[in-house]
Amino acid sequence: MISRREFLMAATATGALLGSGTAGGWARLMAQQGLTEEGLLSMPAFGNVTLVHITDIHAQLKPIYFREPSINLGVGEVAGLPPHVTGADFLKLYKIEPGSPDAYALTSEDFVALARTYGRMGGMDRVASIVKRIRDERGGNMLLLDGGDTWQGSYTANQTAGADMIEIMAALRPDAMTGHWEFTYGTERVQEAIDSLGFPFLGSNIYDAEWDEPAFEPLATFERGGAKIAVIGQAFPYTPIANPRWKIPEWSFGIREEDIAAHVEDARSGGADLVVLLSHNGFDVDRKLASRVPGIDVILAGHTHDALPEPVVIGKTLLVASGSNGKFVSRLDLDVQGGEVRGFAYRLIPVFSDVITADPDIATLIDKVRAPYEEELARELAMTESLLYRRGNFNGTFDDVFCQALIEEREADISLSPGFRWGTSLLPEQAITVEDLHNACAMTYPAAYRTTMSGSMLKEVLEDVADNLFNPDPYYQQGGDMVRVGGMAYAVDPRAGMGARISDMTLLKTGEAVEPSKDYVVAGWASVNEGTEGPPIWDVVEAWLARNPVVRVPDNRGVRVKA
Amino acid sequence: MKLTRRQALAISAGAALAVVAGRAGSAHAAVDDTEKAIQDFTGGKSPETGRIRLTAPEIAENGNTVPISVDVESPMTAEDYVASVLILADGNPNPDVATLHFTPMSGSATATTRMRLAKTQNVIAVAKMSDGSVFMDKKEVKVTIGGCGG
Repeated sequence: MISRREFLMAATATGALLGSGTAGGWARLMAQQGLTEEGLLSMPAFGNVTLVHITDIHAQLKPIYFREPSINLGVGEVAGLPPHVTGADFLKLYKIEPGSPDAYALTSEDFVALARTYGRMGGMDRVASIVKRIRDERGGNMLLLDGGDTWQGSYTANQTAGADMIEIMAALRPDAMTGHWEFTYGTERVQEAIDSLGFPFLGSNIYDAEWDEPAFEPLATFERGGAKIAVIGQAFPYTPIANPRWKIPEWSFGIREEDIAAHVEDARSGGADLVVLLSHNGFDVDRKLASRVPGIDVILAGHTHDALPEPVVIGKTLLVASGSNGKFVSRLDLDVQGGEVRGFAYRLIPVFSDVITADPDIATLIDKVRAPYEEELARELAMTESLLYRRGNFNGTFDDVFCQALIEEREADISLSPGFRWGTSLLPEQAITVEDLHNACAMTYPAAYRTTMSGSMLKEVLEDVADNLFNPDPYYQQGGDMVRVGGMAYAVDPRAGMGARISDMTLLKTGEAVEPSKDYVVAGWASVNEGTEGPPIWDVVEAWLARNPVVRVPDNRGVRVKA
Repeated sequence: MKLTRRQALAISAGAALAVVAGRAGSAHAAVDDTEKAIQDFTGGKSPETGRIRLTAPEIAENGNTVPISVDVESPMTAEDYVASVLILADGNPNPDVATLHFTPMSGSATATTRMRLAKTQNVIAVAKMSDGSVFMDKKEVKVTIGGCGG
């Protein structure tokens, strides 16, 4: 028996509906009257087990703006299915009122106006309040599970090798986590951090690269509400490919579906009533996995940063997608009886930072870990007149800034910026601070390289990344977006095969076709290759901002998508 | 971002009792050569599916050393055992990777090895049973230049 979803439907904000870019205090007050902490958090307890899921926080301790993508194409069997539904189609699919708080939280529609109306989202002190309240209500029936990408993505996380996030998370007392960007701190740091966690870091799919045997705890078992629960952890399968393998040479990853199946079977025969996969696979991979591996009751999905207001049901498996950057906390109540799920109630809780009270203890702790860096974090580099964001399959305005900075500062013909899905948004008229810049590029391999590539090599790079994004078999996808390109236009056909998606490559400064045999000067950053040389990307962008103190980003017409 | 094409073919280790020495390969990937190698191995029979399971990563972490394993269901008795397993990579300059020979004394027909893959291609494993029946499994392994995802 599947119970109906529970989801917030708050009052529409008229100011936002009119798209007024200057919706001031009045609209904000109106909007927030319709939003109450009680309304966001009250949920009648259902069943005997509550799973609380947070994922892909990317070290965002403070409330942020984060614009969801307007383009997120699905190919093959998942074309047109969530999460490959965006904007107005998303609102229609989930019957969400345009201009409502949910429309703001879940889509890019009217983003700037709604952001001014509803304010920033997230903040780990708000997340802590939510977790605490659920824990108070549900006590021994609750598990808090962290899907990873928790320790990376901010200036302070990079300065402390994740220590700031580790300290805050410890105070939230998770029951288990898995990871991805955590591994970019390197084997030694990861090992040391894991040893100090006090809760398991799970990775069923992480093997010792030399001995080809499991290197991490694959699963943990818990007893909650009279039910035996097995939580299997799945780290990002392509960590050594999408991120530098040389930082973690001892470990090998992969999807290793057969291992998950074996763990599910073992857990079931060991008497588990509920089997949960805490996954950093990415949504499409998890969707396929759920259709092939029987016996998983719940997949808590991460990596691809999707936020869905209700679980996707595949066979008997519930797929939960909890968004990113601390924007959401998922609460899944389950009635688990006699080894099966009899029913569920779900709420994707949007973390409106002006509505949800900050937990004072965690707020103090956050201030403490940020204190040594506060002055630098607040240093203003420039002001933006355009909305700056990253998400989208082909480009983001913040990446346009990066690409332009790379071309100008590094004197290149063409620039490449990786299609990461983390990186927060800035509204027009906002100052760009050191903190904002680093939210878009904080990492352990930031060198901005400058090299020459032939036209055919450039095409090969684009084809390779396009196949990582648009391979019709999700098991061959890596979950990022298309590499962002500056100085060059191209056309892409997502539905074509490997090697045939990219065409019409044109050098923008001359308007001429990119020639396969000709060499071009290319600047980029975040190469996974060891020994990459160049200044850190934040220095490159900071230098450009110093020369361009008011940022205006023209419409990006560089990528033409063939239907 | 130095991107060199991976070339050549090697096998680094294995439970194999014998490894077929590679011919000096042509530069061209040889799907035809693969087909011929399968025909030669099976004596012209078309392999069935089932009984043999090939495990390989969907995307290679390092194309120079891709771990694969094969596992063939068999009682491994004097009357019914796996005689040999042929492993091929249909996109390498020379598709032959290894031929593994087994006897009832082997106990089980399982083997793990590492191979070099020049580019994205199919890895193919064909098992020949003591009664002459043949079974095949195939898996596409993608070799990517990587580094722009996440």
